[in-house]
Amino acid sequence: MPETIAAVSPAGLAPEAEVYTRAFARVAVERTDHEPSRIGTLRKAAIDRFGELGFPNRKLEEWRSTDVRAIATTTFSFEPSAELVSEADCARFRYDNTHELVFVNGAFRSDLSRLQELPDGVIISSLEQGWREHPELIEPHLGRHAKFDNHAFVALNTALHENGVFVFFPRNAVVETPIHILHLGRGGDSPVASFPRNLFVAEENSQGRIIEQFATAGDTDTGGNHFTCPVTEVVLAQNAVVDHYKLQRESTDAFHMATFQIYLGRSSNFSSHSISWGGGLVRNDVNAVLGGEGCEATLNGLYMVGGTQLVDNHMRVDHVAPHCDSHELFKGVLEGHARAVFNGRIFVHKGAQKTDAKQTNRNLLLSPTALVHSNPQLEIFADDVRCTHGSTVGRLDELGIFYLRSRGIGEEAARSLLTYAFCADIVQRIKDKSVRRDLEEFLFRRLPQGDVVRQAV
Amino acid sequence: MSLLEIKNLHVGVKDAKILKGVDLTVNRGEVHAIMGPNGSGKSTLALVLAGRDTYEITEGEILYKGEDLLEVAPEERAREGLFLAFQYPVEIPGVSNVYFLKAALNAIRKHRGQEELDAMDFLTYVREKMALVKMDETLLNRPVNEGFSGGEKKRNEIFHMAVLDPVLAVLDETDSGLDIDALKIVADGVNSLRSEERAFIIITHYQRLLNYIVPDVVHVLLDGKIVRTGGKELALELEEKGYSWLEGEVHEEAVAHA
Repeated sequence: MPETIAAVSPAGLAPEAEVYTRAFARVAVERTDHEPSRIGTLRKAAIDRFGELGFPNRKLEEWRSTDVRAIATTTFSFEPSAELVSEADCARFRYDNTHELVFVNGAFRSDLSRLQELPDGVIISSLEQGWREHPELIEPHLGRHAKFDNHAFVALNTALHENGVFVFFPRNAVVETPIHILHLGRGGDSPVASFPRNLFVAEENSQGRIIEQFATAGDTDTGGNHFTCPVTEVVLAQNAVVDHYKLQRESTDAFHMATFQIYLGRSSNFSSHSISWGGGLVRNDVNAVLGGEGCEATLNGLYMVGGTQLVDNHMRVDHVAPHCDSHELFKGVLEGHARAVFNGRIFVHKGAQKTDAKQTNRNLLLSPTALVHSNPQLEIFADDVRCTHGSTVGRLDELGIFYLRSRGIGEEAARSLLTYAFCADIVQRIKDKSVRRDLEEFLFRRLPQGDVVRQAV
Repeated sequence: MSLLEIKNLHVGVKDAKILKGVDLTVNRGEVHAIMGPNGSGKSTLALVLAGRDTYEITEGEILYKGEDLLEVAPEERAREGLFLAFQYPVEIPGVSNVYFLKAALNAIRKHRGQEELDAMDFLTYVREKMALVKMDETLLNRPVNEGFSGGEKKRNEIFHMAVLDPVLAVLDETDSGLDIDALKIVADGVNSLRSEERAFIIITHYQRLLNYIVPDVVHVLLDGKIVRTGGKELALELEEKGYSWLEGEVHEEAVAHA
């Protein structure tokens, strides 16, 4: 990939990237005493690769519409300063009746976390603790799914990750209580960069629900700048069922560059709903490999952004095995000067016969200055498949607004009701009551005349 | 004072003239039928009354309760008791039919200086109105019009009308596409709401609905003008002779004027 080298200065490394290699020398080494040597080697390879890649520029196809210079040119601190956050900052993000793990700027806060009693063999812990207690369960998976060869942020995370979550559902386990992972960022005098690394392993015939929430401590609007760069690897063995939610509600100054990598084994079922309304510059790479026959992946999302926010959802679904289904529905609402990118690639490999893949991206523009780049792509190398994709960009239906007004609803409330209606099919698909309530409350607050909407739905 | 007075109304969209001088007076307690072939301007008249702003009013005025209606926003018209049953009701996913009505009714009650209904009182009230239009309770909890059949959508419009308790109700081709049973249900709903205080304008292409909702006055709208006004027997005459009978007369009239 000769063009990826373009970001690198003639001296070998762009100056902004040097900060990270120096951080690696200083920080990462001291974090690794509990890890097997493979991970140390992997970290080194990743930082070297980052040195080659540098930050992506817009000449790269995958980053054409998302400019990360603001990240490259910001000087971040790599010290979590986790003590700045207290129980009071957590309270409004907590979900009742969950196993709750709290991280602040990437550092695990056991004092703020609340783990309930777990079924036999189920593990929910920090990654660091996981390495100390169950290295044999992590070793076969960590770093083996999320590839950094061509992705600077995965490389950074692999090299620099300090901690994260390890979740393990043993064979036949049904974990009824949802797991809630709360990542709180907090801006300070110097913004903090954090690199959470998560591994979720669901063994054969196990089931559970995982909620990831990314938020900013303090005032959401003025909570300040921080950079979160998580990588999550999810592995589902045969017949495992995992239900996942991600809520991205960080401060509008925050940077968020996330990669979510899923491997689905035979007859497994993975469903994810990714909700983004926070962050100034947000990128979600979601890659699913449908590797075992008869598995099913549902990857849905909703983004609602305004101001100068940019949210980029980059989806890639690899149909490797036959008889697998994938469904993707992403909807977006844009206001102000917001921009959204949706890039959805479905790759049907040779031999993945009877694939049923569906991808839809719908966007609602509420202002003339908002912009959407929607780019669905299909690459099919099997001959007996059903693949559909579609994308739309539209505005509110004026006739619908008139219909509501003709029943006595004010114009602003009518617009809000129709905006809510646009989001409704995603809202309704959210099975987790806490996540759904949070999303609804957000919409009622965000939409003008939200109280009318609250009353009408 | 008449409830509604339309005087010399001219309406166009872009360069096309649709209504070319309509005069119509409706008093409380009356049921008026406006009949006419497709493209005569019936739906335009209905939508202009409700406040659709895609039309240009080039001449004339509309007085509602003695006030200039054309200056009033659609939601204000609704709150003042004007209701339009749409020819093509709009689907609104995710917004429940019953809660939507509660928000609408409370907006209207607030405007009238009445107290907002709480959930319990509203439900009692709504059940009464449902009985009027034989609404299935399942349609109450579904999103507004979403997945409704054509007949269900039309009945839902009549149900909305019953709940919102208008002073002037305009029904735009509510009978189109309805089978006879559904037609009777719609007619029963309208008849049960007829009162001294309320007026109806029933817009229809066919005479059949008027067997069940007997109008006080029948108007024929042809090419943007009301060309004939009469009693309920005019509808029967039209059914028999078709609109071409009047088209001929209009033509002769035009020649006579020239």
